[in-house]
Amino acid sequence: MTYPLLRVEDLTIGFPYGTVVHGVSFDVHPGETMALVGESGCGKSITAFALMRLLPPGARIQGGHVIFDGVDLAAAAPHALRDIRGRSLSLILQEPMTSLNPVLPIGMQIAEVMRRHEGIGKAAARRRSVELLELVGVTDADRRYDDFPHHFSGGMRQRVMIAMAVACKPRLLIADEPTTALDVTIQAQVLELLDDLRRQLGMAVLLITHDLGVVAQWADRVTVMYAGRVVEQAPVRPFFATPQHPYARGLLDASVGHDGEAHYTTRRLNEIPGSIASAAGEAGCPFAPRCPDRIAACRRAPPVLTALGPDHNVACIVAAGTDHVAVDR
Amino acid sequence: MSRDGTLDGAIDIAAPAAAVLRPAPRRRGGRLLRACVTNPGFLIGLLILMTVSGIALLAPWLFPGDPQDMVAAPTLWPGEDWAYPLGTDSLGRDVASGLAHGARVSLMVGLSATAIGLVIGTLVGASAGYFGGHVDNILSRLTEVFQTVPTFLLVIVIVAIVQPAASTIALAIGVASWPTVARLVRAQFRSLREADFVMAARSLSYSAPRIIVMEILPNALPPIIVTTSVMVANAILTEAGLSFLAMGDPNLVSWGSMIGDGRDLLRTDWFLTALPGAAIALTVLSLNLVGDGLNDILNPRSGLA
Repeated sequence: MTYPLLRVEDLTIGFPYGTVVHGVSFDVHPGETMALVGESGCGKSITAFALMRLLPPGARIQGGHVIFDGVDLAAAAPHALRDIRGRSLSLILQEPMTSLNPVLPIGMQIAEVMRRHEGIGKAAARRRSVELLELVGVTDADRRYDDFPHHFSGGMRQRVMIAMAVACKPRLLIADEPTTALDVTIQAQVLELLDDLRRQLGMAVLLITHDLGVVAQWADRVTVMYAGRVVEQAPVRPFFATPQHPYARGLLDASVGHDGEAHYTTRRLNEIPGSIASAAGEAGCPFAPRCPDRIAACRRAPPVLTALGPDHNVACIVAAGTDHVAVDR
Repeated sequence: MSRDGTLDGAIDIAAPAAAVLRPAPRRRGGRLLRACVTNPGFLIGLLILMTVSGIALLAPWLFPGDPQDMVAAPTLWPGEDWAYPLGTDSLGRDVASGLAHGARVSLMVGLSATAIGLVIGTLVGASAGYFGGHVDNILSRLTEVFQTVPTFLLVIVIVAIVQPAASTIALAIGVASWPTVARLVRAQFRSLREADFVMAARSLSYSAPRIIVMEILPNALPPIIVTTSVMVANAILTEAGLSFLAMGDPNLVSWGSMIGDGRDLLRTDWFLTALPGAAIALTVLSLNLVGDGLNDILNPRSGLA
């Protein structure tokens, strides 16, 4: 197994009023697409921002390590971070409509990234920005270099954002719901672009999403979060074939397949009863209040992530067959 | 990436199109020019402002000699003696010469006071708004302390302490007027620092000064520019007020001092007050028109883009 490019270990993030991410661990290997999945409020975006050390005011990393390329980002000094962020580790935000500076020409915004990190001249930066714009599929790039963000549609703006993010050939690209604000056809194009770039530039992608269809199509491995904890980690194929955690099963049951019998015209979609709010104040497994398989032991302590097979972990005492251990304790 | 085969192909395809549409880099300038000439208010304001500035610049050649010299019989009406087209005041000084030289003082004080106020206000407001927390608390309280004192009173106090020269008057007005800018800039920065593009800039490890100057300030600019034109106008009015109260620079003629001198003869020779008054009104009006116009023009989203 290759040494991971990014290893997140026991990452805990808290606000003054409480902890929102509890000991999350996962790896991202060079060149792969890892999907971080979960519903709104499960802590996936805040985890991404913590990796970049860009937490909102008040939030703080309370524990754990984020080891990227041998450097612990969670403890690194600000000047060390400045050399990494935007260069070997970059971020794409959810909202392309507001993520570009509205008063600067888009070409200049791309060129500035390279001038900041690679110290190249103005003319060289312009030339490379035009190349990047073409790379991300902006036609007539030389002419559009001087255009302002409001001249572009949402999909094109997201392409410009991607051009900025890959300008310095990052080793890891964190994409925080890059297609949520776009419509479905554009969504496929943008994801395909990301996947092409991943191959061409040999970078890894940490794809944060709540869309399981996107995960099935584009990701290599998947980490499912629920209420600030990792509940299941697996490569994509086994995950979709045999999800182990009841929450993951519930999510897959609740989604519509393209082909075959499961269609909303022929049957009612299953849903997961309750809401994520029920995890608040739960002493045991955060999913226990909504779980169809729960047993008494579930409510005692949060389950630990247990290996089921190679690269397949689950945090559920029932699925992992460790319920007797919990009972014995 | 240029070494990548497919990309080179893409450049080749794009090249002819780019050649046909070569004047691309000039598009931005063209848009600004178009926006300027289709804005009549802005053009009128600019015309007045340029006329006043031209007269101010050329005053030593148009009206050589000290405007405080007594050159003719007192209280000549405009047109009475064509050597002094706008007449003379109670001491026989040339009103036209006074207006031209007064424009120098008024504009100089107005511009330098505004520059001082803008620099202080933007620095304080940007730091307070961007960094927040304790920095914001301290700077905001400081701003409020200055705001509790009426501007004009503060200027009078400062001028009373230091010598009333044009430079110290400009400094006093600048020091008294920055809180307005600071509060405006702070409010802009408070909302803009939460913007996604600022988050994106931080994720690219741009430094705080760079984010403040390059990312946020241009977005905060339109209201600052409008305020600037109003500030210049206010500074000119404040200077005129000081001179009217005989607290201006005694060695210089300014529009305010001319009004102050003409006050005694308001009933018989009202033109001594009306002419410098009109000059102040016109200049202030032109500044407001230019400020309003700039607000529309500098917005890249204003219709013509």
